[in-house]
Amino acid sequence: MKYEVVIGLEIHLELKTRSKLFCGCSTIFGKEPNTNCCPVCLGLPGSLPVFNRRAIELAVTAAVALNSSVQLKSRFDRKNYFYPDLPKAYQVSQYDQPLARGGYLRVELDGSSRNVKLERIHLEEEAGKLVHSGESIMGSDYSLVDYNRAGIPLLEIVTSPDITSGREARVLLEELRSVLLYSGASDCRMEEGSLRCDANISLRPPGSEMLGTKTEVKNMNSFRAVELALNYEAGRQEEILAAGGAIAQETCHWDEEKKETIPLRSKEGSSDYRYFPEPDLLPLVLEEAFIKEISAALPELPAARRERFKKQYNLHSSEAILFTVNRSLGDFFEAAAGKYSDYNNLAKWVQGDLLYYLRESGKTAEEIDPQKIVELLIMLDQGQINRPVAKDLLNEMVLKGTSPQKMVRDKGLERISGDEKLLPIIEKVIDENSDAVENYRQGKDKAIAFLVGRVMALTRGRADPGEVNKMIKEIISRR
Amino acid sequence: MAVDFKKEVEYVARLARLTLNPEEKERMAGQLSDILDTARRIQELDTESVEPTSHVIDLPALLREDLTTPSLTLNRVLQNAPQRQKDFFRVPSIAGRIPEEVEG
Repeated sequence: MKYEVVIGLEIHLELKTRSKLFCGCSTIFGKEPNTNCCPVCLGLPGSLPVFNRRAIELAVTAAVALNSSVQLKSRFDRKNYFYPDLPKAYQVSQYDQPLARGGYLRVELDGSSRNVKLERIHLEEEAGKLVHSGESIMGSDYSLVDYNRAGIPLLEIVTSPDITSGREARVLLEELRSVLLYSGASDCRMEEGSLRCDANISLRPPGSEMLGTKTEVKNMNSFRAVELALNYEAGRQEEILAAGGAIAQETCHWDEEKKETIPLRSKEGSSDYRYFPEPDLLPLVLEEAFIKEISAALPELPAARRERFKKQYNLHSSEAILFTVNRSLGDFFEAAAGKYSDYNNLAKWVQGDLLYYLRESGKTAEEIDPQKIVELLIMLDQGQINRPVAKDLLNEMVLKGTSPQKMVRDKGLERISGDEKLLPIIEKVIDENSDAVENYRQGKDKAIAFLVGRVMALTRGRADPGEVNKMIKEIISRR
Repeated sequence: MAVDFKKEVEYVARLARLTLNPEEKERMAGQLSDILDTARRIQELDTESVEPTSHVIDLPALLREDLTTPSLTLNRVLQNAPQRQKDFFRVPSIAGRIPEEVEG
């Protein structure tokens, strides 16, 4: 591409509180329409908002986790616009005195990492939900409104125009989601709308300091959609510029079906939201100690955890990433690693067979006792059981929580090996299959597989096929 | 000041979804002009060392605990709905339109 892509993201996420930002209505998802509403969140005259302490704590937690500078004093403003999902005809938001300024997020892409700068983080209230009538959105002549979501605390994170591709935007969002999940600020459930993202994108000649005319891309409903939409929009802008055209500053909608961005023709001029200080709310003043306390209570964040997993357990980068993205799996690994020191072997079993069985059964690692996989691997290492039996035991362990040691005892699954137990069975198979033995002697390698199969059948899979193979060859050569 | 504020009045009226007749526009343009004159006079004061006031009460906001309280019943919620359809507020379609284009 002859141009440099410049992207800035605006991310909205719902904070994990029990009650709304300014009133005691529940924030629970999926309730009957309009049942979590009161005079405050419906914007009825005479009602007054009161801040939810937890929302402030979570917003500060997110800001601190994102290295953003929390302001001791911030202010709330009214953003005025008419839209039926907004009962008051204004949204309580923050304009020129946001909760936090600056910050960055470390993003790893193609083996290198860099800090993507953040502009600001502020708190605002969520709007209601519009349900469109009829099959097609465009064809409907009325809309239905549910105000259950109205007034839920919403955090807006604005990045600097510091992102250089759709892919980087996606990786940034994935990392952001991870950080916010770890910090406990938000559930980040995109499917429930608790994390949403809009983007500003423009092109400029490489090395230029000036920003080109931007478009705003909306309606991207997954991280994958963000990547696709921004790459598409960069291509669309490039075509226009390459043909000597100019980019119109407009809003585009990502069409998930057609996989393209569609410009919405809008009236000239930018929005006039007529922000002014919200007279119903006093300034938000935070104590230095309050911010310090939250900083100190912050759990280990994803970047630190990945590094620690690599160092402490000598894991590959891909394993450290998996054990961070899948937090419960990583916690499981770590609990088991406390009692089992072959970390690489443990990591292999956890990310391989265990993860497979977990997915098959729809369970999470939290439901499994780490002690049990340690038992299992020790029995395998000591040769008490063979690999196929170990896998079956693991599956049973995931499905029913059975102790592998107990299963081995109860069902007699110990490995059958050595001269005492395995030899008589092998001799029996050789005696009873003289044809196969003859074939083997004449150089037919397949015959040995048949004999091994017979032994495995007689031991009900409890012998080690390698050992059986070796012993059969020895006995035949001795006879 | 001989500036005509009719355009400003029309713009603000559109933002506020107000329909004004020519007479009202004329009157409000005059009023707006007077208001701005007053503001201009206030601007002549030296406020260099005065912090802008957004609130007259010099107190920080109070915080409440994150506890849920009962919401209104559905019938009370929908009592003032311009139109009701099942458990929803029914409003003119806004599909495909951006906020500035929505007529109140």
